[in-house]
Amino acid sequence: MPAQQQKWLNLFMKVLPLSLLFLLTGCSERFVLLNPKGPVAEVQKDLILWSIWFMLFIIVVIFVLFAIILWKYRERPENLDYEPPDQHGNTLLEIIWTAIPVLIVIALAIPTVKATFELEKPPKESRGVEPIVIHATAADWKWIFSYPEENIETVNYVNIPKDVPVEFKLTAVGGMSALWIPELGGQKYNMAGMGMTLYLQADHVGTFKGRNSNFTGEGFAHQTFDVNAMEKEDFYKWVKETQASAPLLTKKQFNEIIQVGVLKDKLTFSGTHLAWVDFAKPGEHLDNIPAKEKHGTIKLEEVESDHHDNREHESHQHEGH
Amino acid sequence: MKWDEFFVTGEPLIYMADAAIVLTIIGIVFVLTYFKKWKWLWKEWLTTVDHKKIGIMYIISAVLMLFRGGVDALLMRAQLTVPNNTFLDSQHYNEIFTTHGTIMILFMAMPFIFGIMNIAVPLQIGARDVAFPYLNALSFWTFFFGALLFNISFVIGGSPDAGWTAYMPLAGNELSPGPGQNYYLLGLQISGIGSLISGINFIVTILKMRAPGMTLMRMPMFTWATLITSILVVFAFPVLTVALALMTLDRIFGTHFFTLSGDGVPMHWANLFWIWGHPEVYIAILPAFGVFSEVVSTFARKRLFGYTAMVWSMVAISVLSMLVWVHHFFTMGSGAPVNAFFSVSTMAIAIPTGVKIFNWLFTLYKGRIKFTSAMLWSLAFIPTFVIGGVTGVMLSMAAADYQYHNTYFLVAHFHNTLICGTVFAVFAALHYWYPKMFGVILNEKLGKITFWFFVLGFNVCFLPQYVLGFMGMPRRIYTYPADAGWTELNVISTIGAVMMGIGFIFLCINVVYTYFKGERDLTGDPWDGRTLEWSIPSPAPHYNFAVTPQVKGLDAWWMMKKERKEGKEEEEPEYKPIHMPSNSGRPFIMSIFFFIAGFGLVFEWMPVAIIGLIGVIICMILRSFEYDDGYYVPVEEIKQTEAGRE
Repeated sequence: MPAQQQKWLNLFMKVLPLSLLFLLTGCSERFVLLNPKGPVAEVQKDLILWSIWFMLFIIVVIFVLFAIILWKYRERPENLDYEPPDQHGNTLLEIIWTAIPVLIVIALAIPTVKATFELEKPPKESRGVEPIVIHATAADWKWIFSYPEENIETVNYVNIPKDVPVEFKLTAVGGMSALWIPELGGQKYNMAGMGMTLYLQADHVGTFKGRNSNFTGEGFAHQTFDVNAMEKEDFYKWVKETQASAPLLTKKQFNEIIQVGVLKDKLTFSGTHLAWVDFAKPGEHLDNIPAKEKHGTIKLEEVESDHHDNREHESHQHEGH
Repeated sequence: MKWDEFFVTGEPLIYMADAAIVLTIIGIVFVLTYFKKWKWLWKEWLTTVDHKKIGIMYIISAVLMLFRGGVDALLMRAQLTVPNNTFLDSQHYNEIFTTHGTIMILFMAMPFIFGIMNIAVPLQIGARDVAFPYLNALSFWTFFFGALLFNISFVIGGSPDAGWTAYMPLAGNELSPGPGQNYYLLGLQISGIGSLISGINFIVTILKMRAPGMTLMRMPMFTWATLITSILVVFAFPVLTVALALMTLDRIFGTHFFTLSGDGVPMHWANLFWIWGHPEVYIAILPAFGVFSEVVSTFARKRLFGYTAMVWSMVAISVLSMLVWVHHFFTMGSGAPVNAFFSVSTMAIAIPTGVKIFNWLFTLYKGRIKFTSAMLWSLAFIPTFVIGGVTGVMLSMAAADYQYHNTYFLVAHFHNTLICGTVFAVFAALHYWYPKMFGVILNEKLGKITFWFFVLGFNVCFLPQYVLGFMGMPRRIYTYPADAGWTELNVISTIGAVMMGIGFIFLCINVVYTYFKGERDLTGDPWDGRTLEWSIPSPAPHYNFAVTPQVKGLDAWWMMKKERKEGKEEEEPEYKPIHMPSNSGRPFIMSIFFFIAGFGLVFEWMPVAIIGLIGVIICMILRSFEYDDGYYVPVEEIKQTEAGRE
């Protein structure tokens, strides 16, 4: 193929997929990073969009220069006797294309540093609101949420009140996991023997998907949970109901829950495991690491069988008495 | 240990692989015996200390590993094409992505780069070999046997399955019992020896063996890149050595550096791993930058624009690369001040990198651009790598990274930079230096078909993955539900991967075709090159230069050609006997003992491990009593070889 066609094809095929990207971006609810449902994700989205503009600028400048230079200076039958000049360089150009990137880096660094510090605290907009503390304990492969003040515990789902900052206390039994609810904000690692704090908040009612985002082995892909954000009144109604009617969590039940394996059931208990163990405290996790025999592999069919809600199960048992 | 734990059982794909391995071994043994090539193999290849042959062996190994890593990739893509797929179960998938990452970075990119450095650097500086040819052979064979150890894991014992990053506590005994993870530790440890040795070798070679008149600022840019990379290797690889050793002690000897129990601190593995791991990716990219400087300058027929800036930008990049590692774990809770610092240091690397991009563009400016295969790969690098670079800047913004981390946005970024940087560069280098290695030129038509399939395939495969990251798809999941909304982009991504595979097939066809019908390089200078390697015949004679060249400036060969055209008087070359190092079988044998020791440790069979280590030590002792310090190539032989080039 002649060099000129080659060069155009070269450029076109690079631009085409990129343009598709831009058409898709932001147009849909599925782009969770750009459709925040809470103030933390909102801060992150603003930072992301701010950076995209600068990156687009850099890409356009380089692509245009590239296209023009390749087109203009390609070898053709007519210029076979052209010998290029012996150019050593140009100090002014070097200064320009060093200084402009420095300015861009400064423009990105300032909001980045600001946001990084900001996210270590509860969202600005909820300054006067008392955060609700929820311990999020990752176990292989399920999630356990403990509400110390309300004295209830849930497995594989967490209910939170809207417009109230949630102070997640992150820890793990075993493998290093990460709590990630993209619609509400970014992730942080859950580590055994350590407590991490992650502030998130929902300012929309709805159910949001959460998951472990740090690889923990065979069941990793199934280590997901639901986040139900509800009006404050509905939330506290749920808390009262649960305190009254949910079965009390026993040590035996808890040890079964944290056994290594995929657990998809959504369970609810009154009382929390914090009564006898806090995996965030160094050393406390040691007596409670579930033994791992070679687990073998996770078969999708096992995971897909119906999950149940333990309260129905329990209430049937009660009826039996 | 039972037989069905030693051999991996229960998987039809594995049984097929077993059969393929056995048949291949039988085939190789048969061919060598039938054509009576055992002695040739030993004399010419297994015992060689010639940098050119060592380079070729590195490259052949790297291409084989590219095949295996690529098959891993295609298997992964097949599994992810549709939701809830049952082609690969979770365990199998986890082993495959672990081996894919480890192989591609450590057993494909690194050896390809070391291979090209071996081929080109001594020739570019007018030297006859590297500073330590025996160590050079040891570098290759430790790499080879380390890689071999890692590669047999999928049929014997089971592969590691904790990711190429092998985070604790997942990679520890408590959560990953068995030989799999040990293969990772020992395979990397053994081949890491080879990398460290190479780093030392190239530093000394470049500093001490340049032809007279070649000051540092008159070196070809690829040689500069090799020097800076080698310094990075020497600083970074010892950290990996220590980290692997500590995890080995944890897993095999019951210590508690990174374990869950006994006051171990799992985070420290991540910390040490990335202190090595970040410089490692710059070790992979800086030689690539060097290759592009050579190819762009040659096929634009113009000297490299801004030589001094290009040198200093690489120095800046390498220094900064040691100051950014925490960006790999912004989400591990180091706190805002630490994250802020590492955000800024990471962003800073974009500045010297951008300087290089502009200098390449202005090398092309006012040039006369010839679109050979090597040049196509180098040109495609510019726009595609820039996309990878800017997404890197996006990732460096810590607060935003809390969303991007461990998603497909990250996966797309690092494939973008590694493929469009390193892989494009090694393909360009292969086309560029092929005539010097083998005396034939790779077919241009097939080269262009390879290029288009691979580059378009790359874009189709990985650009959608940036979008998947924005849609919340995490990495390392073996399947996803249908209602996630990720299916369409995964299908597109798989199509791209298949296109890349087709490109690779065309590369192989090219190599085979060229072997039988390739155009010969009769002059030694097929591209009208600028640097010294083009001043000697193709393929290069084993002593490289009959007479050590006198260097008068940058692009030394270009200058010499200009002087010849201007009719300058050339002196009659005065040949003297050339001192060359002798072959040795010890690097090969010593590496076999390393393999035995590693294999023993993998399965915790201490007697085997001890035998292996004793073998290594005996080889070292024998070396210290080595009195053979080479031989001389007689003047008649030199005259004959040089006469043949007319």
